[in-house]
Amino acid sequence: MAPSPCSLCHTARALVKRPKTGQQVCKSCFYSVFETEVHNTITEGQGIFHRGEKVAIGASGGKDSTVLAHVLTLLNQRYDYGLDLYLLSIDEGITGYRDDSLETVKQNQVEYGLPLKILSYNELYGWTMDRIVEQVGRKNNCTFCGVFRRQALDRGAAQLGIDHIVTGHNADDMAETVLMNIMRGDIARLGRSMALTTQSEDTIKRSKPFKYAYEKEIVMYAYFKKLTYFSTECIYAPDAYRGHARVFLKDLEAIRPSAIIDIIHSGETFVLEQSVQKGLKEMQTCLRCGYISSNDLCKACALLEGLEAGLDRSALKQGQSTLSVVPEGHRIIPRFERPVPIAVEGIERAVQSLAL
Amino acid sequence: MAATVATVMTTMNPEVTSNGLGYVGKTEVEASGSSSTIVKKEEELEILIEFGGGLHLLFSQKPKHTIHIPCQIPQSDLPEAPDMRYLVRWLKENLLSERPEMFGEGDSVRPGILVLINDADWELEGELEYLLKDGDEVVFISTLHGG
Repeated sequence: MAPSPCSLCHTARALVKRPKTGQQVCKSCFYSVFETEVHNTITEGQGIFHRGEKVAIGASGGKDSTVLAHVLTLLNQRYDYGLDLYLLSIDEGITGYRDDSLETVKQNQVEYGLPLKILSYNELYGWTMDRIVEQVGRKNNCTFCGVFRRQALDRGAAQLGIDHIVTGHNADDMAETVLMNIMRGDIARLGRSMALTTQSEDTIKRSKPFKYAYEKEIVMYAYFKKLTYFSTECIYAPDAYRGHARVFLKDLEAIRPSAIIDIIHSGETFVLEQSVQKGLKEMQTCLRCGYISSNDLCKACALLEGLEAGLDRSALKQGQSTLSVVPEGHRIIPRFERPVPIAVEGIERAVQSLAL
Repeated sequence: MAATVATVMTTMNPEVTSNGLGYVGKTEVEASGSSSTIVKKEEELEILIEFGGGLHLLFSQKPKHTIHIPCQIPQSDLPEAPDMRYLVRWLKENLLSERPEMFGEGDSVRPGILVLINDADWELEGELEYLLKDGDEVVFISTLHGG
């Protein structure tokens, strides 16, 4: 096949076929459209950022967060967003898995000149994933890891006085999540998980600037720019459910590349009837640690209580002890304190909404 | 257009390499071929293979390989050069060391594995029909791992 010219600049040789549009683009037009689309996602409507915001990039050392750190650093300069960027990494305490990727994040810190904070499960919860797996086995360990990681990012961000956390979730991840929530019947999460930005009174604002960025393009971007990232698979049982959704989605994409964006669109346009919405549990704060929760105890506290009590699988059951009293000698999670500026902003908002 | 903001440092930590392929460690090229010798024979093509995104774990943990394949598909009357279909099969039969289902599917690679031929998306090069030339560089990158 003769090399075809770029369908945008019509001069350079096309090197990438864009899955979203089918366009054939050269390397520099690819960088340009990829970066511009992320910029558009960020600035659409009111935009997700404010000038002067302290933004933490949840950095795992993997391709998505590395490309995100690179692109955000670049866009922040190019369009003068006025953001104060940080890298925030979580060390789950998995020997032989996180070590290399944390080294990668440390190099990213130097490459992008961004301050880095690493927060460990051990520091926060008194348990490493290695020890958790030792106790609960390999069947449900992903539940612990997922619940603990989400809180850990918020807690690390709170320690840094961060206003806004961004994560590298890409379009493929979003579409997978739609499929998984539908298959699990998790209506409440389906709506929440599709938002570009989520914020409630008690958590730090979170956004996914790569929501519409295809994984293929992220991988190509990292490859062409020779970015430093680390690709690995968790040594413990992978998230099998997500794995199946992923393989299914890749099969769909091979047949029709727009499937990914189409599924996201479907997820976004689901609307819950009023009667269904009323049936959903209201959010409250955890009686023990103050983190946002749909029960008296948040999931992390409930899981930790199980671990401390030496329970294994039963720790997963949400038959919660609603006690805010902690059994003697058990470790607990430190109280979740949000950074002061946000708290003030939150109070102001609450006052405003009362006045209305 | 694409201004590079970051100062790329490749020498800071010898364990971490900025290859854009997501692996660390040894990068020396592993030579293997249809013949026992490493020197390329006249009737062979030399192809450079690189695995990214964790795929090298399936190929004896080595990300880079130089391989020699016949310049005409054996047991074939066609005078044609080997194509990507032949290469994928050759890799499965000669280089793949474990979990074959993670690499191949049918006569192609698994969906979710990106392929670049001389730095171009293979979707622009005819995919399985692309005819290999001496000195071609083929990169396989898995996107099936977490980010």
